[in-house]
Amino acid sequence: MKYLVLIYSNPTTWAHPSFLHHEGSTEDERKAMLAQFEDLMGEIAESGELVDGQPLAAPALAKTIRARAAGLETVDGPFAESKEQLAGFFVIDCETPERAAEIAGRLPDTRFGAVEVRPIMSGSGMEM
Amino acid sequence: MAVGGAHDFTALLRELTPQVLGVLVQRHGDFASSEDAVQEALLAASVQWPSEGVPSNPRGWLVTVASRRLMDHWRRESTRRKYETTLATLTPADEHVQSEPDTGGAQGDDTLKLLFLCCHPALSPASQVALTLRAIGGLSTAEIARAFMVPEATMTRRISRAKQRIESTAVPFGLPAPSEWDTRLDAVLRVLYLIFNEGYTASHGAELQRRDLATEAIRLTTELHRLLPEDGEVTGLLALVLLVDARHPARTGADGMLVPLADQDRRQWKQESIRDGIALITHALSTAVVGPYQLQAAIAAVHDEATRAEDTDWAQIVALYELLQRIEPGPVVSLNHAIAVAMATGPRAGLALLSELDEDEQGTGYRITAARAHLLELDGALDAAREAYETAAARTTSIPENRYLEMRARRIDSTSSAHPHDKVTPAPPCP
Repeated sequence: MKYLVLIYSNPTTWAHPSFLHHEGSTEDERKAMLAQFEDLMGEIAESGELVDGQPLAAPALAKTIRARAAGLETVDGPFAESKEQLAGFFVIDCETPERAAEIAGRLPDTRFGAVEVRPIMSGSGMEM
Repeated sequence: MAVGGAHDFTALLRELTPQVLGVLVQRHGDFASSEDAVQEALLAASVQWPSEGVPSNPRGWLVTVASRRLMDHWRRESTRRKYETTLATLTPADEHVQSEPDTGGAQGDDTLKLLFLCCHPALSPASQVALTLRAIGGLSTAEIARAFMVPEATMTRRISRAKQRIESTAVPFGLPAPSEWDTRLDAVLRVLYLIFNEGYTASHGAELQRRDLATEAIRLTTELHRLLPEDGEVTGLLALVLLVDARHPARTGADGMLVPLADQDRRQWKQESIRDGIALITHALSTAVVGPYQLQAAIAAVHDEATRAEDTDWAQIVALYELLQRIEPGPVVSLNHAIAVAMATGPRAGLALLSELDEDEQGTGYRITAARAHLLELDGALDAAREAYETAAARTTSIPENRYLEMRARRIDSTSSAHPHDKVTPAPPCP
């Protein structure tokens, strides 16, 4: 089953990986987080669980578009008005939902913002 | 040899893949490099044979080309000493292969050993599947990646990781010891069934390529059955995949909507597969120790034998599920048993059994909810049924299942409000 892993973050400056750009982390902590992140990426790339992953540009570069009676309405900025913004995503392909949650839990971003894991719907199905 | 087209080449190459790989592994003992070499030889054949014709001994040709590729690989990668040893052993062995007849026990044994190797419990299920399709099925990494809808790089990694693991844990190339035979064969059967299901449950659009997986699983299971004709569970699995696949043409409507077993146009079922499946399972049940695949095949046979859904012998299906619960209990078996009881004796009996199952279970819990919806609808509790359909629809991760369950919920709305007296007969849910 494939899962979308969404990373929500509120870094001091918009740069990637965003977990390195938070106040209050010591240099040692940053090093440890980077090592943890690289370990995880190496592991899921090698196991064939990593399908895709991309960092996103700053929310200021987003445009939010709505079709309304007056026509298309385009507003600069992200859809959600929260402090934490979508910073990047991974697509992973895992055996179990527990494994997907485990991978997400090992992302250093969990310490600052939040990481959301969602199953991606499949085109396969059983007749019931 | 007369060969008609690209399709025949593909079929021939896929059939020869495990035989050629078997020869190489047997001779050089290096599974990972041999497997790469065979893939390269298959590629060379698919380029050369269509224009130059199929060689008189296609297997010998492939063995020779693959062996050369393996030597090239070693020449690049390995020490001079290893290369020279190889060179010394290669030439006479090739001549031997050239003169070998195209059928025989040794090749079958090799295929079997390869199956046990690729489905070794040290590998993850995803790796077992990928490696089996490549090393035994002769599919390219690109084809497997397309079928599983992942980038080719991801599939390449899965395959190379599996091969590394075989190397690092020193998984032997050989038949398992008698004490391990049953569990190891069980792993092989599970992988074949997994491949079949991946293909069978694919429904529409981009998923169509996945159909090949069902065909491939049937081909590999047929081959395994040819090698182990007396094994009841191998026969059971072959019967099961044939009996289930027989219904494939009727399982989706023109709009891609899933059609439940009860509503399928049974004239579209593949009669030849049904006949073959029934013959196989009848033979297995009368000669072998009963096992879960045989019981599932027997259940599929009872469904397939009914010309109309209402002719289904539900009492027999209940009895078979009770046997299955005894030898291999699990939530899905309990669910299907409850449905069969409902169909045999009435929806309330089924609902009572369903109430003992855990609908919140993350994997298959929503299927219990979906079954409860069907049974509530059968029992006339329309509001509760609609609510259960909607709950189940929101909990499945399958697009076709979601569409189907939403449709059932809407159908209750339209029958209970717009046409309160025009009662639609609900289709019984089926495994």
